[in-house]
Amino acid sequence: MVPLWMYLLVGAGLFCIGVYGVLARRNAVAILMSIELMLTAVNINLVAFWRYVTPQNMSGQAFTAFVFVVAAAEAAVGLAIIISIYRNRRSVIVEEVNVLRG
Amino acid sequence: MLELNAQSIAFFIFSVLVLGGAIGVVTSRNLIHGALYLIVSLFGGAGFFVLLSAPFLAAVQVLVYIGAIAILIIFAVMLTRSMTQLRELVNAQWWLSAIVGIALFVLLAVAVILPVWGVDGTNPNQPVSDDIATIQDLGVALVDGNQYVLPFEVASLLLTAAMIGAIFIARDTSVDMDD
Amino acid sequence: MQTCVNVVETMVPCLVQGGVDPGLAQFISILLGVVLVSAFPLVLVILLIWVERKIAARVQDRIGPNRVGPWGILQNVADAVKLIIKEDITPAGADRLVYNAAPIIAMLSVILIWAVVPFSPVHIGVDLDIGVLYFTAVSSIGTLAIMMAGWSSNNKYALLGAFRVVAQLLSYEVPFVLTLLVPVMLAGSMSTQDIVWGQVGMWYIVVAPISALIFYIANLGETGRAPFDLIEAESELVAGYNIEYSGMKFGLFMANEFMHAFTANLLFAVVFLGGWWGPGATEIPFLGFLYLMIKTTIVYIPSLILRATIPRLRVDQMISFNWKVLVPISILNVVVMALLIKIVQVAGIAPAPGETDFLAHLPMTVVLLLGNVGIGAGVVTVLRNAGRRDRMEAQDLVLEPNDEKSLSVTVAH
Repeated sequence: MVPLWMYLLVGAGLFCIGVYGVLARRNAVAILMSIELMLTAVNINLVAFWRYVTPQNMSGQAFTAFVFVVAAAEAAVGLAIIISIYRNRRSVIVEEVNVLRG
Repeated sequence: MLELNAQSIAFFIFSVLVLGGAIGVVTSRNLIHGALYLIVSLFGGAGFFVLLSAPFLAAVQVLVYIGAIAILIIFAVMLTRSMTQLRELVNAQWWLSAIVGIALFVLLAVAVILPVWGVDGTNPNQPVSDDIATIQDLGVALVDGNQYVLPFEVASLLLTAAMIGAIFIARDTSVDMDD
Repeated sequence: MQTCVNVVETMVPCLVQGGVDPGLAQFISILLGVVLVSAFPLVLVILLIWVERKIAARVQDRIGPNRVGPWGILQNVADAVKLIIKEDITPAGADRLVYNAAPIIAMLSVILIWAVVPFSPVHIGVDLDIGVLYFTAVSSIGTLAIMMAGWSSNNKYALLGAFRVVAQLLSYEVPFVLTLLVPVMLAGSMSTQDIVWGQVGMWYIVVAPISALIFYIANLGETGRAPFDLIEAESELVAGYNIEYSGMKFGLFMANEFMHAFTANLLFAVVFLGGWWGPGATEIPFLGFLYLMIKTTIVYIPSLILRATIPRLRVDQMISFNWKVLVPISILNVVVMALLIKIVQVAGIAPAPGETDFLAHLPMTVVLLLGNVGIGAGVVTVLRNAGRRDRMEAQDLVLEPNDEKSLSVTVAH
C-alpha cells in the first residue's frame, strides 16, 4: 500500500489550503466551504491513522462519523446565519458585517 | 521506494482531485464554481476512504457532503446573490494568510516526513495488519454500551438542536407563519 | 474443466492461456464486465421509451408510434438518430464546462446504480457490503446534475426548475432512506445480494407492506415523474432544468429520466419483491434474471399508467405531503418495525437465515403484518379526521372554538 506519510501529507495540504481560505476570503459562504475542506482533511487523517495503526479498533471510523455529524450541523447553522445576515444587511461580505463594532 | 500499482495510481489521481479541488475552492471568483470544486475535492476524499478500506465512510461522504451539504451551499450562494458580488476576491491581509498557510504546511510536512526519512527514520509506514474491522463492527461500536453509545446519542441530539436552530434563525419573520 | 462462476472470471484463465499477461487479462475482464453492466440499461432505454409511449397513447386513446418497424418499435432508434444529427447549441452566457458536464453526470448517477443490482445469484456487478447506502449516495448525485444544468443554462425557467429540484429530491430522499432501513433490518445486511437472499422464503412486500408503499411513492418523487414532475412542469416552467439543452445532450437527459424510472422500479423489485428469487433460480441463474425483469415490469407498468392519468400536484402540496405525511409515517414505521423484529427474535419465532420453507417464515410474517395493519389503521384514522376537518373548515360548518368559549364564559358570569 501507499505509505502512511503520503496520506498525511495530502491531509496537511488540504488543511492548509482550508486555513488560507478561511483567513483570506471575504465571502462568508466561501469561508464556510473552506471550513468544510479543513474538516475533510481531519477526516482523511483520522481514517488513515485508523487503517495503518489500529485497524481493529473502531475509534478512527467512529470519530470520522461524528465529524460528519458536526460538519452537517455546522453547515446547517452556518448557512442559516449567513442567510439571516444577508436578509438584514444585504451583504455576505464578512468585513461589511461590523454592526457590533459600534 | 514506491511500486507503481493500481492502488498507488488511484491514490495519485485522488490526491490531484482533493488538492486541485481545494485550490479551486479558495481561488475561484464565482462561488458556484467554488462549490463545484468543493464537490470535486470531497469526491477525492471519498476515494481516499475507499482506498483506506472504509467504504461506509466513503458512501456517507458522498451522501452527506456531496448530496446534502454541497447542494445546501449552492442553494445559499443563489439565495444570497453571492454570484453577483464578485468585486474583490480576498481581503487586505490575504498575503499574510498565504504566509500562515504555507508556514503551517511546511511545519506539518516536516513533522510528517521527519519520522520516516529523518535520523531515526525506520518507520516503514505500512499497515500493522490487513485484518481490518468490518462495517458490522462499526455498527456495533456505535451502539455498544461500552464504546460509543453516549457520543452517538449526543451527536443525534446535536443534529436535532442544530436543525431547530437553523430553522429558527433562517425563518423569515416578516412573513406570517401561522398558516 | 473450469466451472462457470461468471463470464468475467471465466475469461481470465482463457486469456492467460492465450498468452496474455495475467494483470492485463484481469483488467480486460473487469473492463468487459463494466461495459456489459453499463451498456445494458443504455440499450434497454430504447425499448423503455417505446413501451412508455405506447402505454401513454393507449391511456389517452391514441395508437402511439406505429410507423417505424413492427408496432413502431424502431421509432426511438429513428429519434436517437435525429437527436444526434441535430445542431448542438450552447446558449450565450452559459457556463460552458458545467453546462456540458451536467448531462453526463446525470447519466452517470443512474448507470452507477446498476453496479449493485443483483441479476441472479452469481451475476452482480459488485456485491458491496454497503450496497443500499451506495445506491442512495449515487442517486443523490443526480440532484447535483440537475442543479448544475439549471444554473449553468443562464435561463430563469431552468433556474426555477433547479430550485424545485433541491426542495423535491432532497425531501423525498428522507422517506426513501427511512423505509429502506426496514428491509436492511430484516435482512441484517446492507448488501443487495443479502437482501435478496433474505427474501427466499417470504418477500418483504408481504412482511412490510407499508414500507413498500412509502418506498414506491418516494421512488416516484425521486425520479421526478408525474404526478411529481414539478422539476419540468411544462405549464409553469416551459421545460424546467433542460430547457436550453438541444440535440444529444437533451437526449441524454431524456434517456436518463426514463432509465431512472426503470431503475427505481428495479430497486423496488430487488428490495421488496425478492429480486431474482423464484423457482429454479439458483440452479439456472438466467431464470433469476428473467424473474427480476418480470417483477420489475409488473411494478413499472402501473407507474407508467399513473404518469399518464394523474394530474400534477402543486409544489406546496407535494412538499407538505412529504413532510407532513410520508416522513412521520416512515419514522413511525421504522420504530414499530424495529421493535417488532426485536420481539420476534427474542421470542425465537424468527426463521433461520436462508430458510426457504414458506411455513417457517409464517409466524414472523404474521406478527410484522399485524404491526403494519396497526400502523396503517392509525394513519388512515388520523388522515381521515384531518381531511374531514379541512372539508368542514372549507365549508365554514365548524363552530369557532373561541366563540364557544366566550359564550360559556358569559354564561358563567
